[in-house]
Amino acid sequence: MRLRDLCFSYGDREVLRGVSLDVPRGKLVAIMGGSGSGKTTLMRLIGGQLQAQSGELTVCGRNLHGIGREELYTLRRRMSLLFQFGALFTDMSVFDNVAFLMREHTDLPESIIRDLVLMKLQAVGLRGTAAMMPKQLSGGMARRVALARAIALDPQLMMYDEPFTGLDPISLGVIGQLIRRLNDALGASSIVVTHDVQESLELVDYIYFLSEGKVVAQGTPEEIRASKDPWVHQFVWGESDGPVPFHYPAVPYEEALLGD
Amino acid sequence: MMLEGITAVFGGIGRGVVDAVWRLGFAARFLGMLLWLSGSCLRRFNLVMREIYFSGVLSLIIILVSGLFVGMVLGIQGYEILVRYGSESALGAMVALSLVRELGPVLAGLLFASRAGSAITAEIGLMKATEQLDAMDMMAVDPIARVVAPRFWGGVISMPLLAAMFSALGVLGGYIVGVVMIGTDPGSFWSQMQANVDFRQDIVNGVIKSAVFGLAVSWVAVFEGYDAEPTAEGVSRATTRTVVISSLAILGLDFILTSLMFRG
Repeated sequence: MRLRDLCFSYGDREVLRGVSLDVPRGKLVAIMGGSGSGKTTLMRLIGGQLQAQSGELTVCGRNLHGIGREELYTLRRRMSLLFQFGALFTDMSVFDNVAFLMREHTDLPESIIRDLVLMKLQAVGLRGTAAMMPKQLSGGMARRVALARAIALDPQLMMYDEPFTGLDPISLGVIGQLIRRLNDALGASSIVVTHDVQESLELVDYIYFLSEGKVVAQGTPEEIRASKDPWVHQFVWGESDGPVPFHYPAVPYEEALLGD
Repeated sequence: MMLEGITAVFGGIGRGVVDAVWRLGFAARFLGMLLWLSGSCLRRFNLVMREIYFSGVLSLIIILVSGLFVGMVLGIQGYEILVRYGSESALGAMVALSLVRELGPVLAGLLFASRAGSAITAEIGLMKATEQLDAMDMMAVDPIARVVAPRFWGGVISMPLLAAMFSALGVLGGYIVGVVMIGTDPGSFWSQMQANVDFRQDIVNGVIKSAVFGLAVSWVAVFEGYDAEPTAEGVSRATTRTVVISSLAILGLDFILTSLMFRG
């Protein structure tokens, strides 16, 4: 996947301002940044849910600019997105959730679908939940089932939207390991949009930092850890003040207190 | 100051009208797309069958009980009026005609809008709020074809069946009150009904009405759900809108259809 000078705005509000990045085959890349930095918008552009105003966006060798709906759907069969809270279909069992794509996009007999679903659930350690409904799962389990559903047709590009949000340390570690293991097993390219710095530094091959719609830093986890860049330092070590100020812009404090 | 107030009022009305027309156009486009994408769900009819169960079968209790009570009330009121003219033998015809022509389709439609229409809107709205529709779209499965169309057709098919059952139970209710409780002659009750209810003019027109109401309620319900703001408050507002708009649409359409079908 390749992005060059990608620009996007909602009306007058510029969200992405000339973003360029690459996700090579087989690599796990993290996109990090504060809230409102454009990470989710970037993910939606890559998934074809939004169209960039300018720039080049190539996914699985296909330029997404001006792509038709049918062609986009063909392309989407080769990519997958894990939503922040799983987005499991609540009216279907765990088994039917994982079988959903196989039933929709293939003519496989039910006996083979059954075996494939059990294999996918086994990969995420939740074969025993096949008969359960999504409401019976914990947050971490729901995300693992969603992961099994996402890899149902062995995608070439995997995207993860904030996969660690709201998880306890054990579930977080499990999801992290699964992301790495599945990426390596599928030979897919993966993009993880996340705030979780320490987990990502352990997990990914390369990191891009986004701020105000631009890539402000990038590098391998080692390079990021050693970075002297003040912005990267503040983000990685979670400092409250720095290039991203603690105080929202306002009139000077003394003036506000002592003025009329 | 006063001029500004008047301008603001007319501006508000104008904006409201423009918004309403824009939304109606959007709903019409949505219906067009829904019909265009209905092929796959009609080929996989098990998807529609499932929705007929949720919209139709699960609405049966309220429809049957309401039909029975409406028929019983018609029996009492009809007898009270007809007996004044010595025409109580026409009670069966009066009950049946009131039900198959008007009360069956209209009341079943209103109950269907409250019970099934609101449930369809809430379900689709919540699926949108929890990103299930987005997830489906990202999986290259069109949510309009897979989620919306089966619910729409499930509603369209269920509604005439529910209206027919409403009318049937209403006739039974009228019989219980008129014949069993009051003591009208049962032979007159059934023979007057048989002689005065015309299959094409009364029953077919009643079925057409209920099919049109089913289409209107299902259209409103799926559109409001799909267009709902993806928040708890947005879904709640959409559900309320479904009941209000569907009910008004049923009453408005009933007037138009009645004037076309029964103007003499």
